Amino acid sequence: MPILLERKQLVTPGDLIAEGEYIAGENTFAENNKIYAARVGIVEYENKRVDVVALKAFYIPRAGDIVIGTITEVGFNGWTVNINSPYVALLRASDVLSRPFKPQKDDLPQVLDAGDLVVAKIVSYDRTHDPQLTVAEPGLGKITRGQIVKITPTKIPRLIGRKGSMISMIKQETGCNIILGLNGVILVTGKTLEDEQLALRAIFKIEQESHTSGLTDRITQMLREEKSKREENKK
Amino acid sequence: MAQIITRVKQKQITQMIDNEKRMDGRGLRDYREMKIEQGLIERAEGSARVLLGKTEVVVGVKIEMGEPFPDTPNEGVLTVNAELTPIASPIFEAGPPDEDSIELARIVDRGIRESKAIDTEKLVIEPGKKVFVVFVDVYVLNHDGNLIDTSALAAVAALLNTKMANYEVKEGEVKIKPGYEKLPINKRPITVTIAKIGNKLIVDPLLEEEQIMDARISMAIDDDGHICAIQKGGSGYFEPNQLLEASKIVEQKAKEIRKKLNW
Amino acid sequence: MNDKPEKLIDKKGLRLDGRKADELRPVKLEVGVISNADGSAYIEHGKNKILAAVYGPREVHPKHLALQDRTVVKCRYHMAPFSVQERKSPAPSRREVELSKMIRESLEPAIFMEYYPRTMIDVFIEVLQADGGTRCASITAAALALADSGIPMRDLVVACAAGKIDNTVVLDLMDTEDKVGSADVPVALMPNLNAVTLLQMDGNLTREEFETAVNMALDGCRKIYAMQKEALKTKYVNVGEEIKEEAED
Repeated sequence: MPILLERKQLVTPGDLIAEGEYIAGENTFAENNKIYAARVGIVEYENKRVDVVALKAFYIPRAGDIVIGTITEVGFNGWTVNINSPYVALLRASDVLSRPFKPQKDDLPQVLDAGDLVVAKIVSYDRTHDPQLTVAEPGLGKITRGQIVKITPTKIPRLIGRKGSMISMIKQETGCNIILGLNGVILVTGKTLEDEQLALRAIFKIEQESHTSGLTDRITQMLREEKSKREENKK
Repeated sequence: MAQIITRVKQKQITQMIDNEKRMDGRGLRDYREMKIEQGLIERAEGSARVLLGKTEVVVGVKIEMGEPFPDTPNEGVLTVNAELTPIASPIFEAGPPDEDSIELARIVDRGIRESKAIDTEKLVIEPGKKVFVVFVDVYVLNHDGNLIDTSALAAVAALLNTKMANYEVKEGEVKIKPGYEKLPINKRPITVTIAKIGNKLIVDPLLEEEQIMDARISMAIDDDGHICAIQKGGSGYFEPNQLLEASKIVEQKAKEIRKKLNW
Repeated sequence: MNDKPEKLIDKKGLRLDGRKADELRPVKLEVGVISNADGSAYIEHGKNKILAAVYGPREVHPKHLALQDRTVVKCRYHMAPFSVQERKSPAPSRREVELSKMIRESLEPAIFMEYYPRTMIDVFIEVLQADGGTRCASITAAALALADSGIPMRDLVVACAAGKIDNTVVLDLMDTEDKVGSADVPVALMPNLNAVTLLQMDGNLTREEFETAVNMALDGCRKIYAMQKEALKTKYVNVGEEIKEEAED
């Protein structure tokens, strides 16, 4: 079974990656026993599966995903939410109020207004319907403080790291709470603005260098250097 | 232009074509029955009506006097417009020309212009100042596929039917004299459209065939058998060898049509 | 008034700009030039200067144009008023409307349209300076912008024209050659699939000359394709190298 391209090779759409008994994984497509790249990215193999880790991709909703979104419109029985995806999401009033919606009594903009940020979970999504959200679980709901940043959704796994090692390290080094929306939107809440900005710098660096090795060590080093610089400046 | 065609029908058509047969009994290389009528619109300087199967197009030619284009001061002007009238199909809407009618007009235009069908130098009244402007208006009356070939044929037939008023220039003014002159036509371009369905190339697609085709290619051929204009259309593709095969088919069909019409 | 040159190709076989019959004009490509767009690219092909930007997939406006089983691709090819010798009105001309359609039809075969039903992909092309072959250069840039946006594609699309001047079939006509010459054949290709997605021609060619011109244009396409891949890979490579340098310090 011939492998045509080696791991870590940079590919562009239409490049032939493998031929033979392979399974077409992420960002690839198969035709006539051959597997081609569908996006710009790096080739990865896992057993018989061929993936391309894409340089850039947008978020397509999946049921069960935690996402961070912005309320864009207050409708008459719910809200329209921008979840950084080609598809616009819906949040029903009954979900937020945890009871049936009463149009005369309930003033929706008081609960959630255009411009508000929410952490939500995707309840359902299919090809014929826009994604439905819920905030009726612990940890979900309106965001009142913190910094929001967007990165390309394909980099979120790299930000999490193996068994959460990368994200745990950043939380520890910066003392921040970080919520990673699988739609590429991230919420950073720290004790001080400086702490939050430090976390953001780490996140951006990871987005830029996600395809390189030794990243966790470099990020740890950067965070520690920055913190000691801060200590120095205070003296 | 989207009209829903059932999956069952799609399969049916594709399977038939794979077996070298078509819905209306034609072979892959056969044109539908062609009927040409000229001079049906008396008010126009020239006119023609073409029926290709059930597809129907009327072309009217009007001649007016106007100014030449600045970069061709010694040539008359040709301008082609096409209307996909709402009469012709449930999918055509009234309104300003959309991309499909603009494309159709420009394809018909190129066939005539690039083949130098009209002797535009003979349309000059006063060099650099006054020339004859030939307005070719393509009116689609029924759409059952292959508007391109039908319109192109009707346009040339209408031009062949066109008479211009006699005139003379006296004291700087243009005066109309009695009598008529035929519009000076040097070439009679013929356009052939081929559609690709699956891996087969078919000539003169029906509406339903157009709805499922991958792509189409139209070529205008002049009296010497030279290619004057080509337009690939549709959201699919052709393999390079299919293009060359198409050009051979077109050459053959153009010859046949030219002989049949005595052009 | 411009004087028409008498000869487009001299006895030594050199053209007005010094090129040989089968020589491409210089091509420069850059990806990711417009930060607000989801994907973008800039091309300089000879004196052509063209920007392409992609927005999408995103919600369809107006809603009734949405398709339930696939995305809708819209394309706008537009020339800036200052892009040509004589100022062109900013209003879309019939030529721009036709080219918008042709370019869209040349890109659609490369896009997995069925992946994103009820969405819209907008491709915007602005010609800042024109010198013959703008539709080809536009397609080359637009395909890069699509790849840059992360929209999954079967293949890139690349385009190049060939034509006939002074009885010789040549590659990549510039504006004067197109105006004075006897044929222009723009071709767009999906290189890995070897599929032609755009083909037009105007002028006068025998069938054999047409075959020669198409093959010449396809060769030109493949040369430009190599440059497209380089342009896409450059972003990645640069970052990787910066890190190596930092580590070596």
